[in-house]
Amino acid sequence: MTVLTAARPAPPSTARIALARVGVELRLFARERQQVVFSFAYPVVMMVVFGSVLGGDVLPGGVPFPQYFLAGIAATGIMLTSFQAVGTAIAAEREAGQLERLQLLGTPPAAYFAGKAGQVLVTTAAQLALLLPVARYGYDVPLPLDLGHWLTFGWVAALGALSGTVLGIAVSALPGSASSVTTSVSAFAIVLQFFSGVFFAFPELPGWMQQVAAVFPLKWLTQGMRSAFLPEQAAAFEVAGGWEHGRTALVLVAWVIIGVMVCVRTFRWRRADG
Amino acid sequence: MTTTEAAPLPIATGGDTPAVEVRGLRKSYGGKAVLDGLDLEVRRGECFALLGPNGAGKTTTIEVLEGVRRRDAGEVAVLGEDPATAGRSWRARIGVVSQGEGAGQALSVRETLDHFAHYTSTPRSTDELLAAVGLEEKAGTRVARLSGGQRRRLAVALGVQGRPELVFLDEPTTGMDPVARRQFWQLVRDLRAGGTTVLLTTHYLDEAAELADRVGVIAGGRLVEVGPPAELGAPLRRQATVRWREDGGWRAVPTETPAAVLRDLLAASPRGEVPGLTVTRPDLEDVYLQLVTPAGEPR
Repeated sequence: MTVLTAARPAPPSTARIALARVGVELRLFARERQQVVFSFAYPVVMMVVFGSVLGGDVLPGGVPFPQYFLAGIAATGIMLTSFQAVGTAIAAEREAGQLERLQLLGTPPAAYFAGKAGQVLVTTAAQLALLLPVARYGYDVPLPLDLGHWLTFGWVAALGALSGTVLGIAVSALPGSASSVTTSVSAFAIVLQFFSGVFFAFPELPGWMQQVAAVFPLKWLTQGMRSAFLPEQAAAFEVAGGWEHGRTALVLVAWVIIGVMVCVRTFRWRRADG
Repeated sequence: MTTTEAAPLPIATGGDTPAVEVRGLRKSYGGKAVLDGLDLEVRRGECFALLGPNGAGKTTTIEVLEGVRRRDAGEVAVLGEDPATAGRSWRARIGVVSQGEGAGQALSVRETLDHFAHYTSTPRSTDELLAAVGLEEKAGTRVARLSGGQRRRLAVALGVQGRPELVFLDEPTTGMDPVARRQFWQLVRDLRAGGTTVLLTTHYLDEAAELADRVGVIAGGRLVEVGPPAELGAPLRRQATVRWREDGGWRAVPTETPAAVLRDLLAASPRGEVPGLTVTRPDLEDVYLQLVTPAGEPR
């Protein structure tokens, strides 16, 4: 092993490292059996429970319960594979010293973040690809009607996954051990699900809950999903009397931007820096 | 070792500057000084051991040199650049054998090496690395199923993957069994033979004596002694002790001229025999313990 003293080529680009990270993140995800089962089974189990218990009920506007809640289940699934998965994974990677190694290698943080985002987009797509057929063939929930509705589904899902990823990175900076970060993230996610109309019809929630939920992305993600899955006349039963696509995009993009700004300031490769 | 007052360091990248140059390095945690004016110089191509007890400041020093910990004061140049501000091209020139995990326990050894090859523009081939650290037979094994010694060897492979000019090893053999330790030492010798500068920290005296061209003894956040292992604590080692029994008790005379003491002793002895007579000199361990123990404390 001889030492290299001649001029070195420039280090690999951020994009090259990001690509390698997406690959390794996906490989690691696929080998984490519990995580795979939980990420993919949770939304399906929710669909089965809601479908079986409330299958015959109909909401105002003539929308069957399973159809209304598919939107919430899809949104929850996206939050699970983005916000929750990323927040807990980063805390654990930091604790195991994996991030320290990345820092010592001079890894650009952007490459690491991009790796997470890429992994989240792929796993989220796989999760939804499993959920939708179960809803369609198990509970007769119609899929988005036309290309326009599919496009809505696509951009809402992608923005939701991205904002979840960025917030997961941000929340991983919380002080404490990996397991305490996991607990906080899960607790926050559960409360947010109740507030955001995942388990109940959103318009029936108390006003203050609706207002709190409107600050966070999950409410908008769920509403955006409803606009993709529900018939046009259901829009009248939304709190605002419409789908609010513009506002949905605005809030989700704002969360991505705020999240990135928070990450840039608070992201740490190590647990404590003196 | 430079002992003059701190002067601005020349920022040069030429091969004749020291690999590491540190003057007056200070670092405190919560008001407690961990590094208290440390001076250090590591020459290009040498293996330098930073030797000291736990808590002496070894790891903090290494972390400052690696550019992952901020210093409170002092001047630091590693390969001619200040680690606190150096960029990615500087990082590519240093290697760290870190205690932390690779990319994940679920990856195999080969997958781990292949993955990290993407982070450097000058990677050694995975096969070459596997052979160098003796992990060829474990290439397909997941990291989770490696022994502690095997993980360390993987860490070495990762540390030298980008063909660094300078390699940091922080307590590399802590927790290794004797066989694994010997194998590890051979790895370090191979590295050094290839021209890589090696800076290692250890609290094992034998490890420093075995591997290092020069040893720096660190105690209380300062370098208290530096030199080749055989010459450490030369003044202390000149001090011999002559012991014998006299009137039912032990007499001990510390002296730099034991022969003279013996001559007087033998001349004064009427029957020509001195009971329990020994002449001892401190071994490396005694010297080390004297160096790292603050004056007035029991050893």
